[in-house]
Order: sequence, then structure tokens, then C-alpha cells
Amino acid sequence: MPETFKVELDTPAYKGSVSCNTGLFINGKFVDAVEGGTIDVINPSTGKLLTKVAAATSKDVDIAVAAAKKAYKTSWGLKVPGAQRGELLMKLATLLEANIDEFAALECLNVGKPWSESRGFDMKLTLQTLKYYAGWADKVHGHTIETNEQKLAYTRHEPYGVVGQIIPWNYPLTMVSWKIGPALATGNVVVLKPSEITPLTALKFASLVQEAGFPPGASLESNVSPSGATAGTAISMHPDIRKIAFTGSTLTGRKIQEASAKSNLKVVTLELGGKSPNIIFDDADLDQAVKWAAIGIFSNSGQVCTAGSRIYVQEGIYDAFIKAFSEAAAGLNTKTGDPFSEGTIHGPVVSQTQFDRVMSHIDAAKAEGAIPFIGGERHSLTEGFFVKPTIFTNCTPDMKIVQEEVFGPVAAVVKFKTEDEAIEMANDTNYGLACAVFTENVSRAVRVSNALEAGMAWVNCNITTEYNVPFGGYKQSGYGRELGAYAIDTYTQVKAVHINVGLKI
Amino acid sequence: MASVFTHEFNTPAYKGKTSFNTGLYIDGKFVEGSDKTTIDVVNPATGKIVTKVAEATAKDVDIAVAAAHKAFETTWGLNMGGAGRSKLLGKLAQLMEEHQQELAALEALDNGKTFTWAMDLDTTFAIDTIRYYAGWADKIHGQVQETDEKKLSYTRHEPIGVVGQIIPWNFPLLMMSWKLGPALATGNCIVMKPSEFTPLTAIRMCELIHEAGFPPGTFNLLTGYGHTVGAAISGHMKIDKVAFTGSTLVGRKIMEAAAKSNLKDITLELGGKSPNIIFDDADVDQAVNWAAHGIYWNHGQACCAGSRIFVQSGIYDDFLAKFTEKTRSLKVGDPFDVDSYQGPQVSKIQYDRIMDYIQSGKDQGATVHLGGDRNGTEGFYINPTIFTDTTPDMKIVQEEIFGPVGVVIKFEDEEDVIRQANDTVFGLAAAVFSQNINRALNTAHRLKAGTAWVNCVNQLHSNVPFGGFKQSGIGRELGEYALHNYTAIKSVQVNLGHVM
Repeated sequence: MPETFKVELDTPAYKGSVSCNTGLFINGKFVDAVEGGTIDVINPSTGKLLTKVAAATSKDVDIAVAAAKKAYKTSWGLKVPGAQRGELLMKLATLLEANIDEFAALECLNVGKPWSESRGFDMKLTLQTLKYYAGWADKVHGHTIETNEQKLAYTRHEPYGVVGQIIPWNYPLTMVSWKIGPALATGNVVVLKPSEITPLTALKFASLVQEAGFPPGASLESNVSPSGATAGTAISMHPDIRKIAFTGSTLTGRKIQEASAKSNLKVVTLELGGKSPNIIFDDADLDQAVKWAAIGIFSNSGQVCTAGSRIYVQEGIYDAFIKAFSEAAAGLNTKTGDPFSEGTIHGPVVSQTQFDRVMSHIDAAKAEGAIPFIGGERHSLTEGFFVKPTIFTNCTPDMKIVQEEVFGPVAAVVKFKTEDEAIEMANDTNYGLACAVFTENVSRAVRVSNALEAGMAWVNCNITTEYNVPFGGYKQSGYGRELGAYAIDTYTQVKAVHINVGLKI
Repeated sequence: MASVFTHEFNTPAYKGKTSFNTGLYIDGKFVEGSDKTTIDVVNPATGKIVTKVAEATAKDVDIAVAAAHKAFETTWGLNMGGAGRSKLLGKLAQLMEEHQQELAALEALDNGKTFTWAMDLDTTFAIDTIRYYAGWADKIHGQVQETDEKKLSYTRHEPIGVVGQIIPWNFPLLMMSWKLGPALATGNCIVMKPSEFTPLTAIRMCELIHEAGFPPGTFNLLTGYGHTVGAAISGHMKIDKVAFTGSTLVGRKIMEAAAKSNLKDITLELGGKSPNIIFDDADVDQAVNWAAHGIYWNHGQACCAGSRIFVQSGIYDDFLAKFTEKTRSLKVGDPFDVDSYQGPQVSKIQYDRIMDYIQSGKDQGATVHLGGDRNGTEGFYINPTIFTDTTPDMKIVQEEIFGPVGVVIKFEDEEDVIRQANDTVFGLAAAVFSQNINRALNTAHRLKAGTAWVNCVNQLHSNVPFGGFKQSGIGRELGEYALHNYTAIKSVQVNLGHVM
């Protein structure tokens, strides 16, 4: 029997207990992993061990997939009317809402993100997403298509069956909702692998799935927990999984796509990295541009796939911008700390590995001649993985700091002269997840956002994701779309039906 | 002060209490009508008055419209946001569920339908409809069109503003949900007139709407008569859309009033005389059961009732015998008896109208194969009735009876029956019974009706559109289609660099 993780908290932000099961959630029950392995879960604000959770291997994946397959054939899929699937999802959202503070606290413990972000952003978006997809469940429409009067031609938008979902550690619970919302709404059954670094809120969520009354196996998370390589590989190779959705690094995304090609050609959607440009023109509202630039690269300690990490500033406002932007960054240093402390806005990066990676990017930037205008070092809080908000200037396009995704609170600022130059530099990347444009001129705003090669374009704002607006990348940032109505297409396959009504040959 | 209706139900089907304000609901408050007059509410099972409710006049319509406009400009419309509208509608559905039995009992008391039907169908479907539209509120999508790269061209699907809604007495709560759901989901404010015959569940709903937290003025309910309140709504210069469900006769008046006032957009959901065509190769036993459901459901008081039953000669005798037996088995009785299938007709007026039609059938030479008479001596009960040996020109074949009166017509030829089926000014629904894929689908496609049922009748779903061809109406309710009724399309064209 898997153990329960429980801890009592007495902090300014949250007072109470925080708990979750540490097993795997398969076929409606929490179980130990077949091979009995465990994974350590660390608190990134302290660097100390929080708990151990069960480590799934391919054996557990097999069990989960078998359970999911059975559920799909008997108690889920199109056997359950859309309205009912929607009601279960709504029930799940209601249960989450009733326990939202505890979930927020658990996310803070595991990820290190400040309470204001966890409770004020992550939890809110998670709830919105679940409720939104609950409303889609009975609105999945095919089309009838006029051909001729001796044929009835129509499409069915059917679920795939068993879908595998692999999610990252930067917004753990929110990512669960983005994946299972549309997947379950459309009638699929899910085998979900959370990140081995941040499994706790997904595990706690699984107990709500149980409570909401989803048929065993059908729902969510035959939560094959962590152990990245093993379980993730098993899912991407599995012959009975018909579709896989992955959010994470481009490196791993390639492996997923390769595994699909080698196994059963399962349909793949990928949501990968980015090095998103933020272009700030002379005629931008400078004060607003600075604020949004800071949000774009320092939110979640820069651990955001859409982070506006390359900031192109037109020469006319360059000096004023740098001054104000570095003041904003410096301000965050005094608001760095424990997620539960009052006034904390800037948290640690999620793990030792990530910390080392971010620091090595910083070192490489310095070595290549970029100037750390502010930051560029560890925070004085040496317990935990805190990196100071960092701004590099004097950057040139060929530098690693301009080319590669850092996934930390590190901005690379580049000066530009003309609009065309900015667009060309902005597009000169293999990534294409997002972009941002700051200008008060309406024609320029639309013209430039049209010209940028990215799946999402923000004008006079940055990284403001809406649950009903599609999300996804161009180029090597991935393919397929999440959120909005578009996710419904991501989780359905189209069958065209031709009924001969009277044509005799 | 508006008064309160308190009632204790102590019946086999339901025991419980209800107590609620019976005023008009305007701007978030229950009020008396401007003239301080009232309307009697009659229980059709007994013919006796149950209570009085406040009566609205044209003056109250003006007050309500002003409140609705204020709400639209400040707390509702696009000020609220889809997620917010969704949440409130979801809360309303939840409250309806908590009070479902009470609502069903009120419906049975006011309309005469059985408590069982009111529970299993009316209230359940109404809750489902509200929930369905709660899910649409944050999914209102416009379109972006490609013109050229120097232009950004897109549409906004905006709420219309203040909409008037006039609903009938046959499915009072259900009709309210069909109207309220999409209109509020898309951000409109409503001035609604329930039927003066069946206002109770609509009035009770106002307390739930209030409790759910809808801002004052977003929903307003004015109980009153068609020639006063209905006319005021359809002729109002500040109401930009009216949606009406009821008779074709009144539908014409609504359309005329719209034309004469401010050319308000209208959608109409009117009468029908829907054909139910049963071919030789039908599953006869199933056809019998469906045909009975088609005409006797809700005591025949359904706009889409399959009231003209065409039966092919090969199975005619077999069908008629079984259909007669099935009809005989339908128990007519008190709405609150657990084994009643059919209660009374809704009012004396309706009772008289149906009995007049039955008389005309007899007078014009049709055969009363079954029924054709009153049931009991108290209340407006009519026995399920079957007419045979009719001719196409008879009133009972041409005109909508809106009662438990089916006309069974023998036919030979497929082409001829389709012609006969379509030979009507109505076009609300149609049904085909055949096991043959070609015949079933071809016939369904050729029938001029807004809904074509194949091997079923009177099946409705929150997400499947419903509405009529020809004089059965304009526009579609339910499904995604209903959203079009309550949104105004604005095309925005942003020039990004074309120089004149």
C-alpha cells in the first residue's frame, strides 16, 4: 500500500495540512510500482527532501494501458454521452475548487513558485481550463457535407481511445488540466506521466478523480508516475496507445516523435521549447513595455516555454528601457525567497540540475562577451536554487545566450534600428512558440505580428495565456494546438461516412 | 407589496411545500404591476383557482426594458465576460436541480401534465439545457477572413442587447430554459413574458435566478396577456429582438408588430401538423409505440406532434389494431397519481377548442375509431382519440388541434404520401418508419420539415437544432444554432496600410 505524504504548514500564506498519496493511480486505485522503485521529491526552496513517490516502469505502463483500454471499451468513450462526461469534469473542477488552497500550497512546496503565482495564476487557470472543457463535452460536432442527393456524407469526430500524456514541471497542475480537460471531454481515456521532479499535485488530483466518480481506468492518470525515461519511453512506444501529447524540451520531443515512428505511428502533438522575441519599438509605451518585459522573462523564474527571452529594443528608447528594465529586475531581488513568505514574488528554479544549467548559460554568455547588466549570479539565499533576475546586454545574434533556451530568469537584450531588421533577427531561430510586439501604432502592431513566425503573438502585452485561445508553436517549438476549441481537434480523429442512398450501379 | 403563493402538496407522487413571491420580477425585485391588477391561475385538473399573480401592463414593459438596458451597459453584455456568464448559468442549473421536485410539482399543478413527466422530461431537460448553454458562454467565436496583407478583417459576435421573449404554456419551464439559456449565455438581457395560463414555474425561477447572482435587470419576468404585454414587447422601440413560441396566428402579429416598430429581429417557433409516415417495411410494434408517443405525449399539446399518421396499406389493419390497443392502455388521470400517463388539457379554452375539432371531424364524416369524448366530469380531461376514414380537406387533417387527437390515414404509394405529407402550410417536423436504408433516408431528406425523425418521433436534445420550415417558423433553437439568434455580427476591417 502506498504511503501518504503529509506535512503541517504554518506560514503567512497558508496554515494547515498538505497531503497526497505517493503511489501510482491505476484503474481507480493507488498502488505501489510493480518493481517497487521510488523517486525522491525535493523542495527547491530548501534543497531538502520532501518525500518519496512510487517510480513507474514499463510494467506499470502495461497495466495502466490495459486498464485504460478496458475502460474505453466498456465504461467510457462514446458509450458515455457528452453531457455526462461534461458533468464529471465539472464535478472534478468543483472538488478542486473546494480544496484549492491546499493544492496551491502543495504546488509551492514542490515547485518553489511564490504563493501569489501558484494561488493567483496556476490554480485559477487550472480551474478555468477544467470548467471550460466540461462545457465542450456535448458540443463535439462533425459536419454533413453536400455531395449529391444520392449520398449522405458526414463526419464523426471520434476519440482516439487510449492517449498518453507527458507533462512538464513548470506548471504541474495547470498542465494536467490542459491535457486531461480536452482528452476526457472528447471521450478518450488517459495514461498520464507527470514530471518526476513535480509529481505531488498530480497525485493529489488523482484522488479527486477517484472522488468525482470517473469509471476506473477511464479517467485520467492511470497516473503512471515519474521516472522520466522509463515510463515516458514505455508510453511513447506502446502499441495500444493511439495518441501521445507531450509538453517539454525539444530534445525529448524528438525522442517522442522517433518512438512513435518506430512503434505504431501513434499521432503526436508536441509543445516544446522557445526563445521568443519581444520587440519594443521607439513608439511603445515605455512604462508598460518595461513591465511586460519583466513579466515575460521573470515570471515563474523564467521557467516558461513562451518566455520573452530575447528582447529587441529600438535604438531610440534603448537607454531609457535598459535603465527602467534593470530597476524592475533589481526590485525582484528584495522579493526573492520562500514561496509562503509575505511579499515573495521571485522563487527558485525547480532543481539542482536546472540551477546548474541556468548558471552554465550565464557563464557561457559572459565568456562570449555579453555583459551582465544586472544579476548573472546566484542569490544570496544559498539554501535553495535561487538565481538572480539577470539582464545581458551587448548581445549579438550568434551568441548562445541569444540562440538557446535558458529556461531561467535571464534576458538577452539586443538593440535594433529598423522594423525589417528586428523582424529578421526575431525570426532567425529554429524556435517559433511565441513573440511580442510593443508599439502604439496600429498598422505596425498588426503588420509585425503578422510577419513573425510564431504560434502566438502578443501585442502590447506578453505571455497572457487565455484558456479559450489556442496555444502552440511553429517550427521546432512543436505542432498541434492546445486550449480553446482547437484542442478538441487535437483529441479527436475524423471518420468520414459515405452512405449510399439509392445509387444503383 | 406583491403577494406570496404558499401551497402544500400532499399527493401520491409528491409531498412537499412551496412558497414564493408572485410579483413581477423587474430589476432584481419582485413588484406589483403598475395597475395593481392580478391574473388568476387555474388548476386544470379541477378547474379551480389556485392563486393570483401580479399582472403586467405596457408601462411595466417600459420599466423592465429600461432596467435591462442599464444592466446591459454596465453589469452584463460584454462587461461580464463569458466565463462569468457561464458560472452564473451553471449555478442556476445547480439550483434548479436542488429544487427539481418542487418545480416539477408546480408545473404539474399549473399545466396539468403528470408529475412523472414533469420530473423525467420537463425539469430534467430544462436543467440540461441551462447547463448546456452555460458551456457555450465562453465559446462565442467570430471569424478572421483573409482579404489581403494590408488588412486585418475579423468578425465579432456581439450580444444584441435587450431581447424580448414570449413563451407558451405547453412546456412552461422547458420553454423558458430554451430561451433563457442561449440569450444569457451570449450576453443579452431579457424581458420575458410567460403564458398567462402557466406562469408559476417561471415566477419561481426568478427567485433561483436571483439567488444564482444574476445582476439586477439582466432577466425580467412580466406575467401578462398577449394583447397587452406581448404586444408591448413586440412593438417596443427599444427591444432589438423578439423570440416567440406559440401559435402561427400570434406569430404573424409579432412579425407585423416588429415590422411596424423598429424592424426588430424575430425568431418564431410556431405550430405544426406533422406527418408520421409508416411504411410496410416498418417494425410495426415499434411504430405503434412511437406513433402513440408522437401524438399523445404531453396530451397532444406539442408543436411537433405527429398528428397525421400515414400508414401504408400492407400493414394498415395490423397497425390500427395495435395502435388502438396501445392508445386504450394510456391511463388518463390526476397528474399526481403515479400511474397516470395523461392529465387534463391546460385550460377551458383549449378543452373547448379540441372538442370543437372533434365535433368537426364527426360533422365532416370522419370515423371516431376511439375516444372522441370527455374523460370524467371535473377538470379538462379528454380521452385519447383516433380518427380514421378522413379526407385531406377535413379540418382535423389540415389544422393543428393541439390535443390528444390522432388522424390515421391509409396510403398506397410512396410518391403520393410524400406529396400529401408536404401538402400543408406547416413544416415543423416529420417522421418516417422504415427499415430500409434508402427509403428511410430519402424520405427524411424529401420531407419539408425542420426536424425529420427516422424510426422515432418527438425526440429532442439540448444540442440538436429545432425549428420549422414554412409557416411553422423562422430560425432554430437548441444546439449551437441558437447562438445565432442572440448575436449580432460586426465585421471589423482594419486598414494596415492601403493609402487612398
